[in-house]
Amino acid sequence: MATHAHAAAHDDHDHKPHGWRRWVFSTNHKDIGTMYLVFACTMFFVGGTMALIIRAELFQPGLQFVDPQFFNSMTAMHALVMIFGAIMPAWVGLANWMIPIQIGAPDMALPRLNNLSFWILPFAFLILLGTLFVPGGAPAGGWTMYPPLALQGGDSFPMMIFAIHLRGISSVLGAINVVVTIMNMRAPGMNLLKMPMFVWTWLITAYLLVAVMPVLAGAVTMLLTDHFFGTSFFAASGGGDPVMFQHIFWFFGHPEVYIMILPAFGIVSEIIPTFSRKPLFGYESMVYATAAIGFLSFIVWAHHMFTVGMPLAGQLFFMLATMLISVPTGVKVFNWCATMTRGSLSFEPPMLFALAFLFLFTIGGFSGLMLAIVPADFQYQDSYFVVAHFHYVLVPGSLFAIIGAVYYWLPKWVGRMYDQKLATWHFWLSAIFVNVLFFPQHFLGLAGMPRRIPDYATQFADWNMVSSIGAFGFGFSQLLLPYIIIKCVKSGAKAADRTWDGAHGLEWELPSPAPFHSWESPPSAAVIARGAEH
Amino acid sequence: MTRTMNKTRAALTACLIAMLAGPAHAASGWGLLNMPEGVTELSKKIYDLHMMIFWWCVAIGIFVFGWMIWAIVAFRKSKGAVANTAMVHSTRAEIIWTLIPVVILVAMSVPSARVLIDIEDARNTELTVKVTAYQWKWQYQYLGTDVGYFSTLARDSNSARQLQSGVDPETVPNYLLDVDRPLVVPAGTKVRLLLTAQDVIHAWWVPDFGMKKDAIPGLVNEMWFKVDTSKTGRYRGQCAELCGRDHGFMPIVVDVLSKADFEAWLAAQKAVVKQAAVAQATPAIS
Repeated sequence: MATHAHAAAHDDHDHKPHGWRRWVFSTNHKDIGTMYLVFACTMFFVGGTMALIIRAELFQPGLQFVDPQFFNSMTAMHALVMIFGAIMPAWVGLANWMIPIQIGAPDMALPRLNNLSFWILPFAFLILLGTLFVPGGAPAGGWTMYPPLALQGGDSFPMMIFAIHLRGISSVLGAINVVVTIMNMRAPGMNLLKMPMFVWTWLITAYLLVAVMPVLAGAVTMLLTDHFFGTSFFAASGGGDPVMFQHIFWFFGHPEVYIMILPAFGIVSEIIPTFSRKPLFGYESMVYATAAIGFLSFIVWAHHMFTVGMPLAGQLFFMLATMLISVPTGVKVFNWCATMTRGSLSFEPPMLFALAFLFLFTIGGFSGLMLAIVPADFQYQDSYFVVAHFHYVLVPGSLFAIIGAVYYWLPKWVGRMYDQKLATWHFWLSAIFVNVLFFPQHFLGLAGMPRRIPDYATQFADWNMVSSIGAFGFGFSQLLLPYIIIKCVKSGAKAADRTWDGAHGLEWELPSPAPFHSWESPPSAAVIARGAEH
Repeated sequence: MTRTMNKTRAALTACLIAMLAGPAHAASGWGLLNMPEGVTELSKKIYDLHMMIFWWCVAIGIFVFGWMIWAIVAFRKSKGAVANTAMVHSTRAEIIWTLIPVVILVAMSVPSARVLIDIEDARNTELTVKVTAYQWKWQYQYLGTDVGYFSTLARDSNSARQLQSGVDPETVPNYLLDVDRPLVVPAGTKVRLLLTAQDVIHAWWVPDFGMKKDAIPGLVNEMWFKVDTSKTGRYRGQCAELCGRDHGFMPIVVDVLSKADFEAWLAAQKAVVKQAAVAQATPAIS
């Protein structure tokens, strides 16, 4: 194949800088993507440790290990670290690695901006994690930072807000880069409706990011001025309204939920066709469904706050709008099922994670539908049922998709194959323990256990113990992931260029590992056509 | 994959069996799987709604998971399945699986809206109690009377819940769900709560009453309940909105008395308040 030879020839004179300069001054999409992924993985274990502290304390009724204030810090920090430090950077890392390759570009459109948007992150999280060591302890008012409670924070309060601002800037810059890259850097002939689903979902995600991260910045800035400069945006005593913060926060917060899940839809739409050896069913309706979900995400925010006391019309509107989201989401699930139907399925590790996504995300979708029903939500709200729901969509949802993506593309990144047997073990341990961990939380919530409590009435003891056992099983199983990756990088067998026999897309037209500057000259129309068999 | 499926199915089945067995599993841990049916007019409607949506989800789940499992079992490469690469699109199928969910949603939303309208109808209440939340206790004031008091975590729970207290929570009756002075309300009466807070946001939640509502500083929220006449007794709940360090330690206990018992209780409380006022007005002579 001419292109391969062409690309391989370039491989020899990469001119990549060596040593620390290669990373600190990097403008290369792959190196920056790698840094994002390593950062996300680190934060995943930091946030995971916090989760295990939470589950250790909840293993039995009574307070055994931590003070309630520190427990509250753990719930807040676990969420902040996992959302902003693990899931989101992992998606940006995957976008960095794959978008230029998948659209036939040499790199991201704005490489220096790319460098900046990554290097803001370590500093943002040094500040955020630094709050663990300041007087008064880390933020303990939940990741949602509701005033007036959040305003009671000590020295950690301005640090948290500064960290969120930095993190938001990083996200917006990254998102702008993605939009500009996709809009301007596509190879000739790669029109929008030929783009791989991962690129499509990321394009919509990037628009969501640009739209809502500034809203979060505004909300936390108002918190800051309420605390330090005597304003009273959210202080009732000064004519403000604590509920307004919740409206602003969730106007950011709900699209944020989709920011974390839309790229997962993209990944699953790449993996399932590959291992079904059949093109994605209903590609165009997948694109439209993603766009519909993106739009709807802006008009459902108040379903996070049905109990604050809203007018009847408002409650009805947000209930119906929320229920409507299940239509495009259903279309996606049906399309994935139809893709597998009459396929030729095999069950390599990426496919296993994608299938677990399909089953378990659907369960999270069901509990989401239940939560949309306002009268029932008056019972579910702020109970463990909610905790079970969002962990089902975020862990076997977003996280499994990220892990699936790593197992899917790792051979392309490093040019070596990983230990598939070990990865299969990783899958089974994760899939079993994640259910042991989160399924009982449905029961706990329905039976009346509120979330964010460090200690509980004795009738909740049994299922909490099960959940904690699942948590430790799940947490320790994840150590397999870095082990498998390191083993692959060091001593994996040489991987084929088209690692998976059913794989389509431009990334598989490049050699493994992909050359430092992905597509120095655009792929030919024939190569694009071969890749576009979605 | 099949193992995950089996696990999920097993968990769902366990859940189903438990739900079919009914909600009557008072305080035992393993049996606590579902929402309580509750003791008020609204709580039963909410429970029925919850079960209706749940069964819809089960029905859709059987279809969707059935499809997935069938595809995984029937089209395995290892069993010689050959992909039909021409099967990439079907407008008819896509219209069907867009429209059917819409119909199901309408079927769900009509009864939901109906119950919601009932919940929001707070007319003709017969007793109003103002509930003020503090970090970390509740204050109940019976409007139109001078009766009012604070309700805080019971002393034995409070000493047992200290870090490494050495007290086994199992030995404390109603651990973390007991207070010094419960709210007292009559059965068979439409009771309205006016909720507000003094410092941060809290939420008042008794699962047996079917719902919760936020208590927000600077705002007054409203919720109502009407406990069945036959359901006098003691009901327990907790603060449901993160409110700081001791969020987990501000329980709610409601004593539901018969109307006659409640009137007697209220009269006694009024007498106590009056006595206290007289005592305060008359300086003690020594």
